[in-house]
Amino acid sequence: MAVSGGAGGRLHGTMTTSSYLTAIVLVAGAFYSLVVAAKAYDVPMAVHAWIFTLAFAAGVLAIGNRHFNALKGLPGADDGKGYNDTVVKYGVIATLFWGIAGMLAGFYIASELAFPALNFDFAYISFGRLRPVHTSGVIFAMGGNALIATSFYVVQRTCRARLAGDIAPWFVFWGYNLFIVIAATGYLMGVTEGREYAEPEWYTDIWLTIVWVTYLLVFLVTLMKRKEPHIYVANWFYLAFIVTIAMLHLGNNLTVPVSIFSSKSFSAFSGVQDALIQWWYGHNAVGFFLTAGFLGMMYYFVPKRAGRPVYSYRLSIIHFWALIFLYIWAGPHHLHYTALPDWAQTLGMTFSIMLWMPSWGGMINGLMTLSGAWDKLRTDPVIRMLVVSVAFYGMSTFEGPLMSIKAVNSLSHYTDWTIGHVHSGAMGWVGFVTFGAVYCLVPWLWKRERLYSIALVSWHFWISTMGIVLYITAMWVSGILQGLMWRAYDAQGFLEYSFVETVAAMHTFYVIRALGGLLYLTGTLIMVYNCWRTIRGDVRVGEPIIANAPANANAPVGALAQPAE
Amino acid sequence: MSTQKHTDEISGVETTGHEWDGIRELNNPLPKWWIYTFYVCILWSLVYWVIFPAWPYLSSGGWKHTAGSYGYTQRGEVSAELQKVAEGRAVFMKQIDAMPIEDIAKNDSLMEVALAGGKATFADNCAPCHGSGAAGGNGFPNLNDDDWLWGGKLADIQTTLTHGIRWEADADTRQNMMPRFLDDKMLTREQINDVAEYVLSLSNKADDAAAATRGSEVFAANCVSCHGADAKGNQELGAPNLTDAIWLYGGDKATIVTTLSHGRGGVMPAWGARLPGSTIKELALYVHSLGGGK
Repeated sequence: MAVSGGAGGRLHGTMTTSSYLTAIVLVAGAFYSLVVAAKAYDVPMAVHAWIFTLAFAAGVLAIGNRHFNALKGLPGADDGKGYNDTVVKYGVIATLFWGIAGMLAGFYIASELAFPALNFDFAYISFGRLRPVHTSGVIFAMGGNALIATSFYVVQRTCRARLAGDIAPWFVFWGYNLFIVIAATGYLMGVTEGREYAEPEWYTDIWLTIVWVTYLLVFLVTLMKRKEPHIYVANWFYLAFIVTIAMLHLGNNLTVPVSIFSSKSFSAFSGVQDALIQWWYGHNAVGFFLTAGFLGMMYYFVPKRAGRPVYSYRLSIIHFWALIFLYIWAGPHHLHYTALPDWAQTLGMTFSIMLWMPSWGGMINGLMTLSGAWDKLRTDPVIRMLVVSVAFYGMSTFEGPLMSIKAVNSLSHYTDWTIGHVHSGAMGWVGFVTFGAVYCLVPWLWKRERLYSIALVSWHFWISTMGIVLYITAMWVSGILQGLMWRAYDAQGFLEYSFVETVAAMHTFYVIRALGGLLYLTGTLIMVYNCWRTIRGDVRVGEPIIANAPANANAPVGALAQPAE
Repeated sequence: MSTQKHTDEISGVETTGHEWDGIRELNNPLPKWWIYTFYVCILWSLVYWVIFPAWPYLSSGGWKHTAGSYGYTQRGEVSAELQKVAEGRAVFMKQIDAMPIEDIAKNDSLMEVALAGGKATFADNCAPCHGSGAAGGNGFPNLNDDDWLWGGKLADIQTTLTHGIRWEADADTRQNMMPRFLDDKMLTREQINDVAEYVLSLSNKADDAAAATRGSEVFAANCVSCHGADAKGNQELGAPNLTDAIWLYGGDKATIVTTLSHGRGGVMPAWGARLPGSTIKELALYVHSLGGGK
């Protein structure tokens, strides 16, 4: 690794103005956190202030260490030339780590629902506290790291430009993961705003805002430095995801802290206004985090892996703008038959219906990109995973508008059907497209000829697919059963079933759901093992090598990985 | 990067001429079925906005919204439905409200409504403690058997439901107390052991005959005022029968010793403050019908 080069002939990794500034801000942050730790009103705030203090101190040490290593001529993690892939590697590993953690929490709470005694009367592992650990764990920790890592990888390749910033990408990675640690430990200690998918308290929100704005800047400046005349479609989706999440995050977290030394804050809104803001956020977290972001991933990895051009440029433009415009209106469908005024419910529902085709535009472009390469479904389980993810995307984005229709929603709302819907999207679409991207990225990033084992990818695919099918069919049956039991009246107009009877009726399906989750987790563990062996450089003997070459056979990875400068 | 014309060999379709990291884009038109379905969804929404309340607007009188062509409101729909059900039941409910509970029991058509209403009310209000089949649980009486603490006649059940048991907010609540014989130093541990053996002997479960004999004397001195000399209890006072092998808190020796040592005082809410009188009548008739009504 050469240590020369970088801007102005300075040694890469030595202190620059921006790293001095970062270090000063981190030192100030550490002192501030120390004061908060000392004066905190409650234990969780003290614990979190200590975590912040230690993290900031570690940041200062890392910057200093990097400087002195560079002066001594020791090779750094990244030589400052070509693409910055080291931070992407960290992101891939964080994706795998948080994926296992989040799914483990999911399997445990699924088991708690089937067998409530599993909470052992221990507050820290009760359903209410572990549930946001699961949801944030898979969505924001696994999904977020996957989005940051792939967006950093994709934007560099498709712009032929090195990632902007020296320390900034590292700040985004470590800062984001610090946010996750603070959020998750907070949930376990009972710290929550009680807003679904936006549970972290005010100080965690402020930290995420700082990290997210840095992420936006890194991404934007990289786009601005591009050596391609046009911006590739994947980057439109990534950018829409980053910008909109920033807006949603700020809008839904307008709270007033009890004190700067307290972990508790109260929302600026109340009643139905508060609920509407929450679901404006909640629905668009699905729309811009779990849809737009992962469509960005899809638009790079599917054509890349299939070695085929994207099906239709025109469709990508039309469905992008239609999706962006329509999604933002659909949130009120989460509040059908509540105190929300009729007119807002109408708009939420009709915009959801109009959203159906714009969503399917992404599915069509994903699936049709395979035309001319359908044979790869047989030979390449990674392609199979990517294609099935797009199919699940299509199914969920049909089911969503269907459930937004008031007549359907009056049956489905508050039931397990919603849980099933979310999981066909999360496990089928988000999970599988992430796994497909990881299977592509690991050999590319670590410069391996191929994955350790393609057979294990196949095992992962089938075990996890079985898990999804068990999960969502169990939730469909249980949700519709639940909805029908709630609304069953006898001849005199009295309710047929008590609530507790409907709970008892769910038991079998909850057991099946937990089993589905266990299968899905098992598949993910197989992937982690496969990635670990690949990174080590192992190759499983006796497997055919077909379908394991980098997606674009004419342009080997090594040649592509260098910007043309 | 090339912006020259380029045709994909496999599909024969022209690309846009751009290339990013080896990825090109075909210049395919929008699928027809896709764009037409999109139009249909938009058209459907436009029609829906005309028919139902949809768009807010600012007028001189503040914020208003388009009302839709036939004045639909969700509140209107729900209250119409509720009213329809109430009207359908009104004839029966009036009679149930007016008639003494014993007379309702003799009227088959009224009983049909009362039992259905009682079942639904029970499921939503009573089942969490007494179980959905009313079989009770530890500390919560089984309502299917004919062993009653405060009486199993219709009027008794109605009173218990209305005023509750040990429910402080109701002045007429059913009130009694199993003393805390050990905590309040009324009996020694040995005496409690003996009484427990005696109580067990009433259902032929005693292990220690000598202790049971000693216990019978302690029982006669301390317990008979409520549970009676024959230990068969007293429903006037809510004192349970100790000879029938039916136990509210458990009939093993350890539980009986706990009951004697620390007392018992389970609580049932007074439903009179929460449910209308006619509903309480329905509930009493339903509980009475479960099998143990006197």
